[in-house]
Amino acid sequence: MLLNQFLILGALLFCMGVYGVLTRKNAVMVLLSIELILNSVNINLLAFDAMNGNSDGNVFALFIIAVAAAEVGVGLAMVLLIFRNRKNISLDDLSEMKG
Amino acid sequence: MVLASDIQVAQNVGFAIIALMMIIAGVGVIAARNVVHAALSLVVVMAGAAANYVLLSAEFVAVTQVLVYIGAVMVLFLFGVMLTRAQVGKDAELNNKNAVVAAPVALLLFGVLAYVLLKGFSDDKIAATTGNGAKPQDTAVISDLIFKPYLLPFWALSFVLLAAVIGAIVLARKD
Amino acid sequence: MFAEAEATHAAGWFLEHAWLIPVIPAVAFFLIIFFGKKMPRGGSEIGIAAMLASFVIAAGATYQWIQWTHHSEEAIDKTLTWWSSGPLKFSIGQHIDGLAVMALVLVAFISTLVQIYSTEYVRGDRRYTHFFASLTLFSAGMLAMVLAPNMVQFVLGWEIMGLCSFMLIGHWWEEEANARAALKAFFTVRTGDMGLLVGTAMLLAVFGTLDIGGEHGINAMAAAGEFDSKSMLMWTAVALFIAAIGKSGQFPLHTWLPDAMAGPTPVSSLLHSSTMVVAGVFLVARIYPVFHIGLDINVAGHHFNFIAVIGGITILIAAGLAFVQNDIKKVLAYSTVSQLGYMMMGLGVGAWMPAVFHIFTHAFFKCCLFLCAGSIAHTGSHHSFDMKTDMGGLRKKMPVTFVTWVISTAALCGVPFFSGFFSKDEIIDSAHANDYTVFWIIGLIGAFMTTAYMTRATYLTFFGKARGGAAHFVDGHEDHSHDAASDEVHHDVDGLDTHAHPVHDDHHAPLNHGKPLPFAPDDSPWQITAPLILLSFLALVAGYLNAAPFHWHSFEHWLESSIGLPIGEGGIPEPPAFEWVNALPSIVLVLAGFAVSLFLSKKVFFNDEKSPFKGLTERNSLLGAGHRFLVNKYYLDALYEGVIVKSIAHPIAKAAYWVNQNVLDGVVNSVGITGRRTGEWVYRNVDQRVVDGAVNGSGATARGAGGVLQPVQSGKVSMYGALLFGAAAVGALVLVLVNS
Repeated sequence: MLLNQFLILGALLFCMGVYGVLTRKNAVMVLLSIELILNSVNINLLAFDAMNGNSDGNVFALFIIAVAAAEVGVGLAMVLLIFRNRKNISLDDLSEMKG
Repeated sequence: MVLASDIQVAQNVGFAIIALMMIIAGVGVIAARNVVHAALSLVVVMAGAAANYVLLSAEFVAVTQVLVYIGAVMVLFLFGVMLTRAQVGKDAELNNKNAVVAAPVALLLFGVLAYVLLKGFSDDKIAATTGNGAKPQDTAVISDLIFKPYLLPFWALSFVLLAAVIGAIVLARKD
Repeated sequence: MFAEAEATHAAGWFLEHAWLIPVIPAVAFFLIIFFGKKMPRGGSEIGIAAMLASFVIAAGATYQWIQWTHHSEEAIDKTLTWWSSGPLKFSIGQHIDGLAVMALVLVAFISTLVQIYSTEYVRGDRRYTHFFASLTLFSAGMLAMVLAPNMVQFVLGWEIMGLCSFMLIGHWWEEEANARAALKAFFTVRTGDMGLLVGTAMLLAVFGTLDIGGEHGINAMAAAGEFDSKSMLMWTAVALFIAAIGKSGQFPLHTWLPDAMAGPTPVSSLLHSSTMVVAGVFLVARIYPVFHIGLDINVAGHHFNFIAVIGGITILIAAGLAFVQNDIKKVLAYSTVSQLGYMMMGLGVGAWMPAVFHIFTHAFFKCCLFLCAGSIAHTGSHHSFDMKTDMGGLRKKMPVTFVTWVISTAALCGVPFFSGFFSKDEIIDSAHANDYTVFWIIGLIGAFMTTAYMTRATYLTFFGKARGGAAHFVDGHEDHSHDAASDEVHHDVDGLDTHAHPVHDDHHAPLNHGKPLPFAPDDSPWQITAPLILLSFLALVAGYLNAAPFHWHSFEHWLESSIGLPIGEGGIPEPPAFEWVNALPSIVLVLAGFAVSLFLSKKVFFNDEKSPFKGLTERNSLLGAGHRFLVNKYYLDALYEGVIVKSIAHPIAKAAYWVNQNVLDGVVNSVGITGRRTGEWVYRNVDQRVVDGAVNGSGATARGAGGVLQPVQSGKVSMYGALLFGAAAVGALVLVLVNS
């Protein structure tokens, strides 16, 4: 197997995730796209690990999974809070930073 | 140059099937008109990723991926979908009008990444397939790494999780 | 427990256990926080005891280091692996050499005195315990930084100091100005701190290690040329020097230091004059080979380098600013900035030893000056620091404060045979000898200006007629320092006074003062005057440790192994041989500064209402403009807050608005003044047509630019995300194209 087949797959998933983050309006959907990005990173880490024959990347992949779990927890809590206050979770309506 | 002995037909065919599945499901995640469909597509992507980890002989991470991601994170997501009373059916309001900007940005990003990757790792092979040092990642090795050299990051991560748990409770509870 | 890095023969208990010096105050900090409120003296006794213990160990270490230098030049390293991440290991411990020992004993000593002083100065404060806790933690941070064996511990101490500085400047945060000053100090210093983080990471990249000492430390490898890329080393030095600029208040990030005077005076004296602000200088001195080689110091044919230029500019602009301040603490603050400029310039011209010696002497006299200012405010002027409205004529009433002030001022000005003379004059002398003529001249001008502004401040404070708060103290109410009831009266009078006091140091303390020293019954209590006496004594004698005129070089002998570079060929130049002829220009200029300033002070401020100098700045437009320029601190604050801060919040539209408001209005104003002077023709043509046209035109341009760019600030997160990823992709593309 070539290293690149995994890396290109990772890159493709990453760019899909970026596209999703940018186009989705619903906050839950944005979080889903972020998971896509995180997964693509994990694929990269493990591919490099397999190439170099060591295990450091596995450790980082596990860390990323843990961080992703934490991120989803906090992210969904925030979405719930926004939903409770505004009765919708459309990110486009959150434009308090308009200059 | 690729030797005949290096080509592992079974793995490559497996990879092709998994990758295709992941890409289709990935498109589903970012394009589905239905929140639940998108979430279920993400399950497929994650399962595909786990299968890839097995191909890369990282069984422990693959199992963790299934347990944590598909088991826990996805359930959380479905909870989120239900609690925010998003429409379970089709929802035209799911996307904003940024596709005009987002598509070129994503394509440019992919173009740059693909160019760099193809140029940088043109035909580097994965050690597991070249015969030398082809051994599955031993879980004992990973635990040795986590609890010796990476102990401090591990602690930091524990605090992140703790903070996230407390933060999620504080944010989401109703007073 | 401690793995000895090098096999050392017994170096003595104090040197082996120098790591206790920061540990004791660190432990004390937690004790004060948890138990301080329950203690009879609110936790101050823990702080003082801890600092005394640290000082005793530091003094013992100093003695043993002096013994040690008779037979060895090796530093005493002890390290313990602190944490590791993958293959990288970071240790914590001690690296004891001459420089570290000097700084340790200095910081421990001054911290002890300042804590004693504070027991009286902030007596009865509502956050008394927290004040002592912060002071103690600060000392722990500084001491940990000083004996850091590697850059990680250095950064740790550095950041602890930054945090404590923030907490202490904002100690009286109920007043908005104080809170804002604390934030300003914190953010300005953090701007520089980015440089420290980047520079430290680059050090790791260049040398593959973060250890400072030892055979494979940064210093040794830089000195031996064991690095790949000279330009990389250069940028490392630049990044690290930016950190030093922020911390040590060098131009152009000096603006936070005078504002930091909003904190209590003991804090100003400890953190913002004698110890914390020299951390930047200390950083440069600590890893001097990196800077010396990276920035081409002492290379034949190079008459300028980054460090010397920044130091030189700082000397002059800060000294200029000190002239127009009415707040006594601000005069001292700018003086500090200027003296830090001397230290930097010294390091920049290759005069490592004089610069480090100046850290040493400057700490004593500047700390003493600040404590004098605090003493005056505490006892003499009702917590006001305004020299023009609330001081004057205090010399008879406050003899201890006056005498210690004069001694320290003389030391600061570099009057011969006071400590500042031996250090500052040697910096100036080295600049001359090392062929940095421009910086020699800057140093001389700086000496002149220093004397002049200090003479002005001394005159305004101690001579002439007592005014405002000081008048109450000097004329009649002799029992001020004993009788709480009369103090209440004073405050009532103050409240009715028509001129509003800028009371930025009013610490809500009940005014039951402690006991004064017997020979100065009207002066401040002994907790205040005793540290003054000790410090001024040291300001007088500390210079004799390295008195070039008498060929006394003990200080040099103790510290020379810390430079990291050989002295002489291939390293830093030999210190110039002292000759009185070379010192003559600076002595003459000091005297001239004294005379000119005294003459002007007398004429301008007092006695002679008809003096031609009185109100000169209002009548002469050129001098007035200069005065305004100085009062507005060269408009740097306006630049930072008006341009840089706002342009981060609201990019170009706001900046255009600022240009419209400040620059063009400024142009309009100055042209307008000229217009009135030169008559109707200019008025009609320049002011009405050209300038108004320019203003209107630029206004329209600004509106236009704002209109075009406004959609970018849509407030939509996804839009910001698209910009972010797009910019990243384009940046990556550019890098790929450049490198392929």
